[in-house]
Amino acid sequence: MAGGGMLLSFSWLAGCVQSDKDAIPEMPEEWFEFNSFIKIGNNGVIHLMSPNPEFGSNVKTSMPMILADELDVDWKNVIVEQADFFPERFDRQFTGGSQGIRQGWKPLRTAGATARQMLVNAAAKQWNVPDKEITTEGGTLYHKGTGKKAGYGEIASIAAGMPVPAEVTTKDVGDFKIIGTSRKNVEGKNIVTGKPLFGIDYKEDGMLIAMIVHPPFGMMIKSLDDSSVRSMPGIKDVFTIKTLTEDYERNGFDTTSFLELAVIVGNTTWEVMNAKKALKAEWELMPEYSVTMQQFGRGKVTAVMPKGLESTEGHRAEMQKASKGKGDILRKDGNPEAAFKTAAKVLERTYTAPHLAHNTMEPVNCFAHVTADKAKIYGPIQAPEFIRNTLAARLGMPKENIRIKLARMGGGFGIRAYGHHLVEAAVISQKIKAPVKLIYTREDDMTYGIYRPTYTATYRAALDKDNNLIAFHVKGGGIPEHPIHANRFPAGAVDNYLAEAWAIPSNITIGAFRAPRSNFNAAAEQSFLDELAELAGKDPIDFRLQLLERAKNDPVGKDNDYDPDRYAGVLKLVKEKSNWNQPPANVSRGVAAYFCHNTYVAEVVDLKLDGNNPVIQSVVAAVDCGIVVNPDAAKNMGEGGIIDGIGNALFGEMTFKDGVPDKNNFHQYRMIRQKESPKSVEVHFVKNEEEPTGLGEPLFPPVFAAVANALYKATGKRFYDQPFAKHIETNPSRM
Amino acid sequence: MAAINININGAKRVIEVDPKTPVLWVLRDHLDLVGTKFGCGMAQCGACTIHVDGNAMRSCILPISQIENKAVVTIEGLSEDGDHPLQKAWLEHDVAQCGYCQTGQIMNAAAFLKQNPNPSDDEIETAMQGNICRCATYVRIKAAIKTAANS
Repeated sequence: MAGGGMLLSFSWLAGCVQSDKDAIPEMPEEWFEFNSFIKIGNNGVIHLMSPNPEFGSNVKTSMPMILADELDVDWKNVIVEQADFFPERFDRQFTGGSQGIRQGWKPLRTAGATARQMLVNAAAKQWNVPDKEITTEGGTLYHKGTGKKAGYGEIASIAAGMPVPAEVTTKDVGDFKIIGTSRKNVEGKNIVTGKPLFGIDYKEDGMLIAMIVHPPFGMMIKSLDDSSVRSMPGIKDVFTIKTLTEDYERNGFDTTSFLELAVIVGNTTWEVMNAKKALKAEWELMPEYSVTMQQFGRGKVTAVMPKGLESTEGHRAEMQKASKGKGDILRKDGNPEAAFKTAAKVLERTYTAPHLAHNTMEPVNCFAHVTADKAKIYGPIQAPEFIRNTLAARLGMPKENIRIKLARMGGGFGIRAYGHHLVEAAVISQKIKAPVKLIYTREDDMTYGIYRPTYTATYRAALDKDNNLIAFHVKGGGIPEHPIHANRFPAGAVDNYLAEAWAIPSNITIGAFRAPRSNFNAAAEQSFLDELAELAGKDPIDFRLQLLERAKNDPVGKDNDYDPDRYAGVLKLVKEKSNWNQPPANVSRGVAAYFCHNTYVAEVVDLKLDGNNPVIQSVVAAVDCGIVVNPDAAKNMGEGGIIDGIGNALFGEMTFKDGVPDKNNFHQYRMIRQKESPKSVEVHFVKNEEEPTGLGEPLFPPVFAAVANALYKATGKRFYDQPFAKHIETNPSRM
Repeated sequence: MAAINININGAKRVIEVDPKTPVLWVLRDHLDLVGTKFGCGMAQCGACTIHVDGNAMRSCILPISQIENKAVVTIEGLSEDGDHPLQKAWLEHDVAQCGYCQTGQIMNAAAFLKQNPNPSDDEIETAMQGNICRCATYVRIKAAIKTAANS
């Protein structure tokens, strides 16, 4: 839409946030739209749309920062609004994979620069001067020769009607004024004053509350006895729903743990919670079934959900058996078996990690209002695009008629990429012909599934008589997927290399969990390299640097999935920043490094023992993510990934007995809290002008091994099986 | 159902509700005060923390009948315009990531600081141990509490 002003109501503006309300005394009378992202008010207030859904990585601040810098405005004049899911206007409204800034970098810069150029062209036209003679700064246009100047607000009306330039130049990195400076979270004030922000906070007139009851894994609903429930206060209806139809060809984010759910609908949450407790359900065994799905980069895949009631004890036995068998060869360089035969020393170690629950602080929820031909959805969803197709098929309406408003998410960590809750809420609303908010209890949430898989990996390495690494072999597997990234370090640094993998199907659903596969791979591999370095008589950082030097100068094989220079760079930076060779007195140190989701990270953990309990004194991280858009927010993300990693390494664990998760709330599932957190966390960024890469995931994987390696120094014991706290004798009370 | 006299953020009224309804759900479903959050329903996470006569309490397990005629303060009533020293410190340290746990953190800290205005790091950690932050902003939470205590 170009040209003309738009009058917008106050209630719409109420959805906008400004980091500094006092800087903007008055809202404009008219707005002028330049593109999907940018509107400028007649008084110079800048309205920016933040395209991606927000779950705490603060893209709602950093994406507008990029727009604002290229637009060349003063940040204090900016107000930000969360965009709805609107694929006609925005590409890739997906939050996950640590890709938001990386993939938004160029499009956002271009959008900002394009609007700026339109303003410049309008001023040039109005002042009758060449556009190349016009400069901008902080929302004002200048023509030096004539001394003319105008605020963006004055020119916006004409500028919005100018032709959109086909090509624009973006700023030199050295000219950024907002990018690279720390800006406060635009939502900060709303968060600390308890404003309604989350899907679970949403309310509409006439809205009913719905809750579900689901069977154990491997079972299905046989019958429901709602005789005592229907007459309970506030209860409207009890029924079952099928989230997806059997014939529906799913995509990778359609993971649905239970084909059929019991549903209770009522007036208020407490009334429905009481009814949930009173509902009696009988289960029966679910037969084996297949789902066809479209998986990223793999095309159509048929996944088999086996029948049976699974237990962790059984999983462990199966994994132990499978790890002694053959795996699929993912990569082979040289002749590993010959090298092992000639080795002076061989090290072999096996690592394990359990299923993990995501445990976002805000439980699963979604609002839906479905009418004859339209649907309005409001809830926490990382991947609206995928689920909209599913909704369209399930509801039987064109996808354009389905409006998804992107609520701020109380945590994501990968699980909110799966949209089963949107489909459930919509199906319920369609059935009861009323607006409904679906809420899961913590117990529903924790036992619903879509967990991080359970994994194991066995590493073998061979050293020659001079302690050179001559062969490296990893065989990894999991339930139901393996964790192996075959082309990652130390592949490329070793002449003889073998990576194998296997998997065991399961009817316990899994999904992406903060740095999928990497979150285990790094833990195992980086613990193994530590032990290997010790066997070789080398410092663990120097050991890795030597291998990286080899990978740089004389790489083995091809498709080595890392840049040895940048990987070495973070190891060198962490060595410097942690004072690696002069640790504080009485601390035990461990180091680990990893490259995933395009970002390089090295971490040093310092801990002390209090009795047998580890107390983490400090973590120092070195990160290469290229240009850092919002430094303090980036550090916050780093701190979060590190402490989350420590918590999962020490405590995280979900187990099962006969298809029933053993843990259903926080009294059973231990989370890291204030006391177990490090006393200090430092995050240092390598300074370069590489294009920005993400931070949501990369700092999470390496810390598991850094903790294990520090624990070894402290206790003389290696930690091979997560969660580590199980293997620490605590006396007298828990750590 | 019963008529219960409540006093929330200074506003007194009578509400008709099942007296066993937890205060959390009265606030969220009946009074449109959604700043107090639901995290676990069994006082394990702290997201539902409110003040009852100045004491931090977990509203998810507190029946509304038990706060009859007591002074209840929620995050919405902690300050006039987000200017409680803790709220200001939270913004100064840019604490929040997803933000869901933060009102519970602030409410718990506010009651704590009233009773212990000059706490040690150890005392802060112990006082805040009941509040889970899944995004793990713990280091900043502690720093913000110290800033507020010193202000």
